[in-house]
Formats: sequence, C-alpha cells, structure tokens
Amino acid sequence: MTVNASSGGPFARVLSIASAVPSRVVDNAEMCTYIDSSDEWIQQRTGIVERRWVAEGEDAESLAMDAATKAIERAGLTASDIDAVIVSTVSHFKQTPGLAPKLAAKLGTDGAAAFDISAACAGFCYGIAMGESLVRSGAAKKALVIGVETLSKLTDLHDRTTAFLFADGAGAAVIGASDTNGIGPVVWGSDGEQSGVIDQNVDLLESGRTGVPAVLTMEGQAVFRWATGFIADAARRTLAVSGVDATELDVFAPHQANNRITDSMLRHLKLPSTVKVARTIKTMGNNSAASIPIALDSMLASGEAKSGDKALIIGFGAGLVYAGQVIELP
Amino acid sequence: MATTEEIRTSLAELVNDVAGVPVEDVQLDKSFTEDLDVDSLAMVEIIVGCEEKFGVTIPDEDSKKLKTVGDAVAYIESHQ
Repeated sequence: MTVNASSGGPFARVLSIASAVPSRVVDNAEMCTYIDSSDEWIQQRTGIVERRWVAEGEDAESLAMDAATKAIERAGLTASDIDAVIVSTVSHFKQTPGLAPKLAAKLGTDGAAAFDISAACAGFCYGIAMGESLVRSGAAKKALVIGVETLSKLTDLHDRTTAFLFADGAGAAVIGASDTNGIGPVVWGSDGEQSGVIDQNVDLLESGRTGVPAVLTMEGQAVFRWATGFIADAARRTLAVSGVDATELDVFAPHQANNRITDSMLRHLKLPSTVKVARTIKTMGNNSAASIPIALDSMLASGEAKSGDKALIIGFGAGLVYAGQVIELP
Repeated sequence: MATTEEIRTSLAELVNDVAGVPVEDVQLDKSFTEDLDVDSLAMVEIIVGCEEKFGVTIPDEDSKKLKTVGDAVAYIESHQ
C-alpha cells in the first residue's frame, strides 16, 4: 500500500488582483522638511513625487485585509473558498504569530493554511511562485497571496539616502486552477553574499534592548549595479523560459524600486514601445512586496492594461533575493 | 583588439544611450560628471554597460577612479 499523492491540475492562473494604500500622502516638500534634499533631486534620481505612509489607525494588518477582501470579491469567490493564505512582509512587527493566520480568520476562511514569508521586495513574486505550485500540486484549490509593507516604520527620517524612497501599501492576488496556463515558470534566486547591501542597522532584539530604532540601510549604488546588470538579465531570462517574445509582451511591471532602474531595464530588454510600463513609484514610492500588485491593479483600473494581457513581473531586493514570472492578467 | 578610437566610439554610443549625451561630446579629455553631466546612477549604468559591451570586469574600487572618458577607454584597453 502506498500513500496517496495530492493531485491538482496542469495549470494555474491569477484570478484577481487588488490593492490598498494608506491615506496619508507625503509629498517631496514634506520629505524635504526631514532631509536636506529637493523635489527636483528626488524626482530626477528616483521618479518619486509623493509616497503613501500609514496614518493613525492604519497598519500592515488593516492594509492587507482591505486588499485581500477586494481580491477575493473580484475573483467572484467568498473567503471560505480560500484554502491557503501566503503573506509576504518584512514590516509586520510581531515575530509570532505570523500575520497570515490572523488574516485568514478575519477574512472568514474555513481555517485555511496560512503562513508568512520574508522575501522583501521579491516577496510578491515569491508568493505567486508558491501559490502557483500549491494549486498545481493540489495542496490548495484557491491560494491568496498578499504583499504588504509598512516600511515607513523602518525608515530613518533623517537619512538623506533612503528616507524619500520607502513607503507603505498592500496588494493581493488569488490564484486558482485553470484549463490554460496563466503563470509562467519562475526565475528566482538569491545572493546572500550581498546581504549587507540592504540591511537593518540593528536587529529588533538589540533595538528593544538598547532603544536604538531599527531602520533600513542601503548601499544605493551597489543595489543599482545589481539591478541594472544581473536583474535586468534575469528579466530577459524570465521572458525566455516563458517562451514569450518581447514583441508579444503587453505589460512590464518590475518592482517599483526606482524609475532609473526601470529605465535601465527597458534599455537592456529592448521592449517595443507598445509595452505598457509600470510607473506607480511616482505616486506610491517604493513599498517593497506591495509594489507589483499595486502597479498591476492601478494599470488595470486605468485601462492601461487589460484582462488577458501578458505581463512580465520581477521583484528584487534585500537578501539579496529576486523572482520573476510572466503572468496573464485577470 | 579594438583600437582606442573604436573603444571611444563604442563608449560614446553607450553614454548617449544611458545619459542622452551627444556622441560627438564624448571625447577622451572630458570628465563624465563635470563636462558630460553624467550623475552617479548613470555612471553605474555606464560601468555595467562597459562590462557587457567590452567583456571586462570593473570592480567598484576601480570604477571610482574612472573620472574621464580617457580613463575609461584606457582601462578597457588594458583589461580586454
């Protein structure tokens, strides 16, 4: 007698995408009251005009709930249909328990499998890869993937190399089985040799002991070099393994780290001008695991992108970690 | 092996592509930052572009020393 194997189906796809952003708008003028910089410099170096930070009463949990509720509704499902919840975050400040089980209960799932992952700005794409695998294996029928961050809580307001970048937000996607494939193979990996390139000044234990606030630190030029070289090439490989030619692509939504990185990737990939490119960093800042679903939701809402479009998504960040896929938009 | 002029021409195309500097302005005696207005991020991209285009590896400690177009061309010539 052998043990039964789980069985899913040959294909999975993204059934819905939704997002939620905090109410507080922090423009460059306000930012320049914290750091010695200028609106012009910030825009020229990053493309950011304003970003969203959580206000009183908003946090990772409330943003994630908002995005997840909308994603379930848009998929035409109810929470009890969701049997796996994956939350990617580096800025939910309770180590235990994870955020996912609490969300699974609050959403009203029927005790769905639920866990958090930590893959920084690549988190949404890591989540999509895991959700797709769970659905195809049969371990889950409908997987809810959430990327949520409140990086403003980990931002050194007076660090003129990072303060203007980081932001808050949440995005969610539901993944389910499909007769045709809607999620291409993931291209992913890590480079822990460069773990110090995007880091925290102190860990949370030390922060608690010493009272030194934990904040994100970044070697901007090293990140830029990695992103414009290695990651741009990973984006090219993602298209190749998906069997999608640049001329067949409709949407390019890289993690919204910096417009200059996006520009460089475009030069590297030589995408045709018909490809719609995510630029939500302009009004949203860099909100890590949430940036890709926020960009896709915004592009779908504005009509810039449409259902059935082929989108190249690639997340990259602290770890260093990265993951990319071609997905068909819901 | 590419000649100095071939490397300069090729580098000029790269600088034009990355930073929009007219190719004819990219001459050996020009400073990237002071004469050509190339900022630090664009400079990183030019270094990455040189690595791909010319098949050289330019570590950070060396890239910081490449102040002029001539510095970059000489570096590429001696490391190809």
